[in-house]
Amino acid sequence: MIRFLSVFMLLMVAGATNAAAAVDVVATTQDLAALVQEVGGDRVKVEALARGYQDPHFVEPKPSFILRLHGADMLVAVGRELEIGWLPPLVTQSRNPKIQPGAPGYLDASLTVRILDIPTGQITRAMGDVHPQGNPHYWLDPQNGRKIAQAIRQKLSELDPGGASTYAQRYADFDRRLGEAEKRWDAMMGPYKGVKVVTYHRSWPNFAERFGLDVVGYVEPKPGIPPSPAHTLDLMQAMKQQGIKIIIVEPYFDLKTPNAIARDTGAKVLVLSPSVGGSKEASDYIALFDYDITQLVAAIQQTGAR
Amino acid sequence: MPRSRTFLFACLAVTFLSASASAARQTPGTPPPDSQSPEALRAEIARLQQQLESLARTYDERLAALEGRIAALGAAQTGSPPPDGTAAANPPQAQAPETSTPQSQAPPALQPPPDGTVATGTPPPSGKVFNPDIAVIGNMLGAVGTNEIEPSPGLDLDEAEASFQAIIDPYARGDFFFSFGPEGVDVEEGFITFNTLPAGLLLKAGKLRAAFGKVNAMHTHALPWADRPLVTRTLVGGDEGLSDAGLSVSKLILNPVMFLEATGEVFRGHSDVFNGTTRSDLTYVGRLRGYRDLTEGTNLDLGASIAWGSTEVAPDSTKRLIGVDATFRYRPLRRAIYQRMIARSELIWSQDRFAGGSPTAFGMYASGEYQFARRWFAGGRFDYSERPLFPSLSDKGGAAILTYWPSEFSQIRGQYRRTRYAEGTTANELLFQFLFSIGAHGAHVF
Repeated sequence: MIRFLSVFMLLMVAGATNAAAAVDVVATTQDLAALVQEVGGDRVKVEALARGYQDPHFVEPKPSFILRLHGADMLVAVGRELEIGWLPPLVTQSRNPKIQPGAPGYLDASLTVRILDIPTGQITRAMGDVHPQGNPHYWLDPQNGRKIAQAIRQKLSELDPGGASTYAQRYADFDRRLGEAEKRWDAMMGPYKGVKVVTYHRSWPNFAERFGLDVVGYVEPKPGIPPSPAHTLDLMQAMKQQGIKIIIVEPYFDLKTPNAIARDTGAKVLVLSPSVGGSKEASDYIALFDYDITQLVAAIQQTGAR
Repeated sequence: MPRSRTFLFACLAVTFLSASASAARQTPGTPPPDSQSPEALRAEIARLQQQLESLARTYDERLAALEGRIAALGAAQTGSPPPDGTAAANPPQAQAPETSTPQSQAPPALQPPPDGTVATGTPPPSGKVFNPDIAVIGNMLGAVGTNEIEPSPGLDLDEAEASFQAIIDPYARGDFFFSFGPEGVDVEEGFITFNTLPAGLLLKAGKLRAAFGKVNAMHTHALPWADRPLVTRTLVGGDEGLSDAGLSVSKLILNPVMFLEATGEVFRGHSDVFNGTTRSDLTYVGRLRGYRDLTEGTNLDLGASIAWGSTEVAPDSTKRLIGVDATFRYRPLRRAIYQRMIARSELIWSQDRFAGGSPTAFGMYASGEYQFARRWFAGGRFDYSERPLFPSLSDKGGAAILTYWPSEFSQIRGQYRRTRYAEGTTANELLFQFLFSIGAHGAHVF
């Protein structure tokens, strides 16, 4: 009898959660979508526009995205002008007053996080694709992930006050799991603090800061500018001098130049996932770091990088 | 600058002094007078410990903040950015409440503040925050070879387009595009877009490029060629195109199969295609567009358009334009910055109607563009068009295009164009183009 009752109650609870009005959320990237899922659970329906294996600077503003935005209650954007090339026309054409910038359903996830690389002084496009408002790849620090999740919790609670306690509970649970995971990651990365690496694009400053990597150079001569022979030669020389053994590349860049550099310097090319969905294993926010850190530690051990 | 630095050092010194002085005043271990029982004492000690810890934290944060400020000032003086590249202009704000009796003996930790205390909102530059996004795009065109029918200068700054774009208020945004060319200044487009209307409606009012087909709505700098196709030049008004003052309403037709958008427009009636003589001689444009993702990297875009209005060919003469267009795109997401392919065709029928008859001219182009490296695009185009009013006269041609993109903001293009005109002459030309953009130009509609 007790068993029957508990099953019945479980069903009731499950039914109640499913029946609850879902908040329809569109996130510009899979990282943000994963965080919305963590906080929102069954109360939200969330979809990402850009895939994790896609360069988030260059996404095509396809009309199918207009359809997804048209029905959304909430839009979460990375901000810091990451989506400047494709999101504004989509939002305009969405014909959805709820998600226009400044409207209650619009969330710029970057407003409460720690932002690095904010340029000082005069900036010009001679510096390449500089982001005047700082480096937009900020989600690669778990503490920023926590901040984003907090902002999402707050926004969801505003839009769906009935779910506030659920969101608070789910956020607390995520916070706890992330804290545990951070201990694990710190233990894994602890012995390798200060390891020198080269990355393709400036996607990793927050990750490097958090986990103690020393990024000493970039395959790109300037942000967003494809590799040039002169810069590649300089980089190879610097890598040999400093004994750099690891080149981190995002999955959407061509491996030709990194491979050539690796052959010449004896370094290893490591394709890490800068986003959830960037590889099969990086299926949610915590799995993203699990994947990247496991790969990184294996590469450090294999190459003896210091 | 030196004065403010001195002031900061003074502040720092005062903070240290007051901290140590108050710490000396209240030595830990002196029991408060009214706590007698051991439990109360223990609780009191725990409370004090907590207070001490929180104060230590507060001071760490404050000191780090001051350090950051000093570093920033130093950096500003030497002209170099702060060492860690972070926003030194945004000092961390101590979040602990102000306490009147600081009693910390903990040594000040000279480290960056614990995360979570960094204020990260970037303050916008005052006074400029509501300025629109401004951009200027230059289109330098050159031509080599002979063309007796459609002559163009050997070298010309064909167009400088200035754009001003901003959000107007919570309900609308505004877009202005001024075109400065050899013939003078022209408002290429200038319109308000109401994007928060109910029922899936989008309303534009102002001067607009009409939603007739694909090429007509594109600005010159957004074309994949150095020129407009023959059919556009012959039947749809050339560079200026079907562009007029009017209203445009478009609506999403929601369905489970595809993106479907219907657009209806009404214009004053004066453009390079239509010409009304009275106030009621308006031009009307209608368009239906369907779009569907085939896979994540391929999609199909289909459209049908119609336009009608008055002309000045004869008294009470009118013209009707009908167009269909199809675009197939391929762009693999993982290699989106290196590889893409676009195949496109538009067929256009132009029918003039007047007392003497109703001749229909047909024209079309079919084009393909392929990106084969990060900075390189190759393309080809086939052109055919009959002449309006004289459909028995037809021109035909083709073009091969090679485009190089140093960056997103400039491109260099060479185009070989061969046109066989109805008059019997053939023009072989080499067109070349430099496109360059400064400022913040809003992203283009797909």
